[in-house]
Amino acid sequence: MSEFIQQIINGLSVGAMYALIAIGYTLVYGVLRFINFAHSDVFMVGSFVGFYSGKALGGTSWAGGLGVMAASMVGCALLGILIERLAYKPLRSRSKLTVLITAIGVSMLLQNVGQLVFGANPQPFPDTLPATTFQVGGVVVSSKDLVVLGFTLCLLGALEYIVLKTKVGTAMRAVAFNPQAASLMGINIDWIISFTFGLGSALAAAGGFLWAYKFPKIEPFMGVAPGLTAFVAAVLGGIGNITGAALGGLLLGVIETLVKGSRWSTWTEAIAFVLLILILLFKPAGLLGRVQAEKV
Amino acid sequence: MSLPTAVRRRVFLGVAVAALIAAGCKPSGGGAGTGTDIPVGEFASLTGSEAAFGRASHNGTVLAIEQLNAAGGVLGKQFKLITEDNQSKDGESATAVKKLISRDKVVAILGEVASGRSLEAAPICQQYKVPQISPSSTNPKVTEMGDYVFRVCFVDPFQGTVMAKFAAKTLRAKKVAVLTDVGAPYSVGLGTFFKERFVADGGTVVAEQKFTKDDKDFKAQLTAIKSQAPDAIFVPAYYGQVTLIVMQARELGITVPLFGGDGWEAPELLQGPGAAAALEGCYFSTHFSPDQDSPRAKEFVKAYEAKFGAKPDAMAALGYDSALLLSDAIKRAGSAEPEKLRPVLAATKDFDGVTGKMTLNDKRNAEKSAVIIGIKGGKFVYTETVNP
Repeated sequence: MSEFIQQIINGLSVGAMYALIAIGYTLVYGVLRFINFAHSDVFMVGSFVGFYSGKALGGTSWAGGLGVMAASMVGCALLGILIERLAYKPLRSRSKLTVLITAIGVSMLLQNVGQLVFGANPQPFPDTLPATTFQVGGVVVSSKDLVVLGFTLCLLGALEYIVLKTKVGTAMRAVAFNPQAASLMGINIDWIISFTFGLGSALAAAGGFLWAYKFPKIEPFMGVAPGLTAFVAAVLGGIGNITGAALGGLLLGVIETLVKGSRWSTWTEAIAFVLLILILLFKPAGLLGRVQAEKV
Repeated sequence: MSLPTAVRRRVFLGVAVAALIAAGCKPSGGGAGTGTDIPVGEFASLTGSEAAFGRASHNGTVLAIEQLNAAGGVLGKQFKLITEDNQSKDGESATAVKKLISRDKVVAILGEVASGRSLEAAPICQQYKVPQISPSSTNPKVTEMGDYVFRVCFVDPFQGTVMAKFAAKTLRAKKVAVLTDVGAPYSVGLGTFFKERFVADGGTVVAEQKFTKDDKDFKAQLTAIKSQAPDAIFVPAYYGQVTLIVMQARELGITVPLFGGDGWEAPELLQGPGAAAALEGCYFSTHFSPDQDSPRAKEFVKAYEAKFGAKPDAMAALGYDSALLLSDAIKRAGSAEPEKLRPVLAATKDFDGVTGKMTLNDKRNAEKSAVIIGIKGGKFVYTETVNP
């Protein structure tokens, strides 16, 4: 029994990071109706910004760690806005396929420039946040797991607040619902789209920082595998739906961990994808559907 | 497809210029050993996830070639080393080796460390009848690919036996768990050989868990292993993931020693916050230790330190030996023709390398001793030598 609880904790902690990335996919999809495949590489850049600022800062403390995470979130928000302005905005009136292929191009660009700038070899991530482990019954809980889960929940709460309670959030939802009408109502669409990219990229950066904190070896291709899983999580939860993406991420994390810990460990990805196909067969719009009022 | 005239002209010009450049770039010597130098091809993982191996092995090879050339080369000719980087990626090695053979006309191929990537190159070397000498691929399948494939290291059945005996005798382990990387032939092979020997000697393998190359989270597998309470955990994987595995094991409260094979040996193993502390008391088997007490090894360590400012590890020593063996074979054959080199390489007996005396057996594998290294006080410490 304690082994099962331990696996659930392991799974939730990985799933929380999938959730953070998945929300970025879902946010952009909600507003622009396209999958930003460069998202998983913004995640990578986020962990590298954390790597350099963490090294510059040195030491291990809560305040320092939070500062490093904030730095990578701000850095990646700017990067996300820049990518949108340079690569996607000129193509906004073109077909969705053009933008999709451009996104794949941006993703490769980030990976390869990353290889030139950061180097291709895995680098050890500095300890920025303190870490301990404690035992509850037969279950070992690492403070890393709690930090990752806690941060994810806080960021999710903040995001829900922004989207549902603030003026910007209302504008985002309006743009998602009908861009023309929103523009006629005096909403600056360009600004809202930039804001959405910035927000999504900041979440990816937070995910990247937490990922590196938990698995302290980072390299320019580190975004590919978690990015793919997070994309599946976003579709699983119902793409365009924030709560759905978070739920999908946590669910995939737990399922992956349970399969990995069993004797079918090499089937992990196959099982995750079969599950995705099954859910989409019975619920084509994903777990939480798509036609919801607070769609973003 | 019709193109506008201007474009067509430009395309034509482009082709003509490319042809001219290609003609100008042809090796002036033209072919194996007829020119003033002997072209030797090397493919290595200079970047990417196993870059520490590739760079160490490459440094060793470079040092050997430099020393050989400084001593006058062989048959009155100088060696010319041509190196291709496969970025530690699957699929790149085949392209690199094809290029080395067909464009650079190399007389032999040196490489690789990872068995998976040596296995990619072997069929090509066999097809073109160019000898391949792998410095440190230990999976038996590598030389089974054909009679043009050789190696200067021992094979995994021997390494598995060494570690099985070590686990039973030195670690006094009766129950062992095995965690393998199913994406790497090296890992799968070594895991199997270890298990066969350990079970044959009366031990029990209580858990067998698997992961794949891109995995970063091993807590699921480690939690399953922990519930079986093993006395030690055998992890035949590469250093990049070993660090994460050991750290996560300690986080889960697993205190027993973890141990593995030569895939562990890289300075990067101990890098990162908390890595050295987590690895304290762990062991791995390998081919060479700079602390080894042999005059040949000491001389090599001195030269290597002078050139690269760091102590050589096993990969560097084997990279060095692979180039020395090639030079020795060319001298014995009296020719650098790839097809004349093959029988001479196969007949290598008591060749004196820095990693010890080696004889190539009928399967073209080196028979030689292994070294066990322990991690103590954040350093690699020579523990014992095991003879075949």
